[in-house]
Amino acid sequence: MSILVNRDTRVLVSGITGREGGFHTRQMIEYGTNVVAGVTPGKGGTDFDGVPVFDSVQEAVDKTGANASLVFVPGPFAADAVLEAEAAGIPFVTLITEGIAVSDMIRVVNRLKANGKTRLLGGNCAGIITPGECKMGIMPGHIFTPGEVGMVSRSGTLTYEIVWELTRAGLGQSTCVGIGGDPIIGTRFIDVMKMFEADPRTKAVVMVGEIGGSDEEIAAEYIATMSKPVVAFISGRTAPPGKRMGHAGAIISGNTGTPQSKVDSLQRAGAVVADKTSEMAGLVKQALQKIGAAV
Amino acid sequence: MKLHEYQSKDLLSRFGVPVPAGEVTDDPKEALAIAEKLGGKVVVKAQVLMGGRGKAGGVKLFDSAGPAAEFTKELIGKTLVSIQNPAGMKVEKVLIAEQVDIAKEFYLSVLLDRSEQKLVVMISAKGGMDIEEVAETDPDAIIKLYVDPAFGLCDYEIRAALADAHIPKEARGQMVGLIKSLVKAYLDADAELIEINPVALTPDGKVIAADAKVAIDDNALFRHKDYAATSTDSAENPIEAEALRRGIAYVNLGGEIGIIGNGAGLVMCSLDEVNAAGGKPANFLDVGGGAQAERVKSCVELVLMDKNVKGLLINIFGGITRGDEVAKGILVAFDQLNVNIPVVARVEGTASDKAREMLASTKIVPAETMQEAAQKIVALTR
Repeated sequence: MSILVNRDTRVLVSGITGREGGFHTRQMIEYGTNVVAGVTPGKGGTDFDGVPVFDSVQEAVDKTGANASLVFVPGPFAADAVLEAEAAGIPFVTLITEGIAVSDMIRVVNRLKANGKTRLLGGNCAGIITPGECKMGIMPGHIFTPGEVGMVSRSGTLTYEIVWELTRAGLGQSTCVGIGGDPIIGTRFIDVMKMFEADPRTKAVVMVGEIGGSDEEIAAEYIATMSKPVVAFISGRTAPPGKRMGHAGAIISGNTGTPQSKVDSLQRAGAVVADKTSEMAGLVKQALQKIGAAV
Repeated sequence: MKLHEYQSKDLLSRFGVPVPAGEVTDDPKEALAIAEKLGGKVVVKAQVLMGGRGKAGGVKLFDSAGPAAEFTKELIGKTLVSIQNPAGMKVEKVLIAEQVDIAKEFYLSVLLDRSEQKLVVMISAKGGMDIEEVAETDPDAIIKLYVDPAFGLCDYEIRAALADAHIPKEARGQMVGLIKSLVKAYLDADAELIEINPVALTPDGKVIAADAKVAIDDNALFRHKDYAATSTDSAENPIEAEALRRGIAYVNLGGEIGIIGNGAGLVMCSLDEVNAAGGKPANFLDVGGGAQAERVKSCVELVLMDKNVKGLLINIFGGITRGDEVAKGILVAFDQLNVNIPVVARVEGTASDKAREMLASTKIVPAETMQEAAQKIVALTR
């Protein structure tokens, strides 16, 4: 088992003929992801490395049975691509694009929430991978290995850093989810935590948060009720207030989003919080040993 | 990007928000004409994007046009320094506006509530002071009104919120209109913040936006080309302005150790490690995904523009970014930029073996982990 994506996921790529979309489509196919269709308006009827390209998402769904959409289209058009996937009945959309206007994301996220048909992951995220089964995103596949640790993170490269530690320590992953670094995102920590709690394969969860917003604090309330151990890390603990650290969401404003409030609420909820990324693998091992899982 | 006060007021008045009459200028002669036109009783305000502008001597009231023009002459070209901005900012323009008679002051802002994933209007009868202080000492004095993303605000909701905030009855009718204008301006202009502090109620019962702060969502500048053209003006630091021109995510932090990494989370984490090792980061810099050698070189060059930088830490976890491209960029930078400070590079992930090989015969100090890299660069700059 895993969450959200597995070997049965049939991926459609929006923006498959673009530079980023094309590069990562090849990487995903090489990894073994079942990429069944691409969409680029105006290029319908052609193919991309053997993957059929369609003019619209609806047409791609009708002809290929795609059940997940991965969006690479540029910022100004990204909101539209997500809404098009929803309209075509796709239940899961991952939005990689960075630099999407917040006003667009407010409209998209609230509409998807109200309709309740489609889950959005991202934007500005690295995507999602169930190692050995489906890579739907831009992460380097070779650092992941199948296993029982679930992972959820706001940051791409920091995920790679920690996954690489886990993999080298012999700790495989069930599913790794990049939720993205923007202020308004479709899937939040708490949503993923609930899925990992329900997933029989996942034995422990690694959570990588950062300064800004209060999603870590909101998730902590749920973590307090979880049966599975959670090991967390918060990035940007020494970042000064009022400065935006690259991710549009990574800014401490006023009294919200401080690293201390995140660390405190996670610890109160029973999560183990690492001071350094290099401690993560060791702490996950300890947590698994505590619950008697084979390590 | 943050807009100057005069830009903010221009923008809001286009949406029907009442603002004091005034004009912006960089010329003392013109200042005299503007002040005379406004009847002489004016306020002159330096247009610099920094906190503590008033205390730094950038705002003054006048009873007649002559001294206002004199003050303008004094201000233009002067560097204002405040606690919030010790490096100071040069005054390029001043706003000359009519003085507003204030009977009562309120507070209004529109911003994003990330947790609710909606816009929120914040209303308080405690205007004219630092709102964060009000939030701390008297949180009940701030009323939050959430904007339905599909339907917007209804008048009855605004009226109820104004009553809850103890806004006096005589101002409420105008405040309903003002709030609706602000929300419309926020959405149409892709703002990320609109703050009016204070909203003034004049002795003759008029509501007017005495001050205005507007920030526009950088990601939406493609819809607002007029602001995009002036976006580098809003940088608080000359190197940050240069970074904007180069399209590099850079934040100056005032310390001594320059930091370059890929991915915002990893770079933030590198800052934390440098701090933990006892060093002070000079900057945040994210080279971005898939950086090529030329971009890496440009990033090194940018970091070295900061003359406080005594050492450089490069931390790359290659995914889409290839380690060998990064190494190539570092070598080109060394070759062309005459780098004579210690540099520690940690390159992991895609093509990292090749990168290590390329950097092996140089002065660049290698490191296996992020922690080790931070400790090494701090030790080398001691």
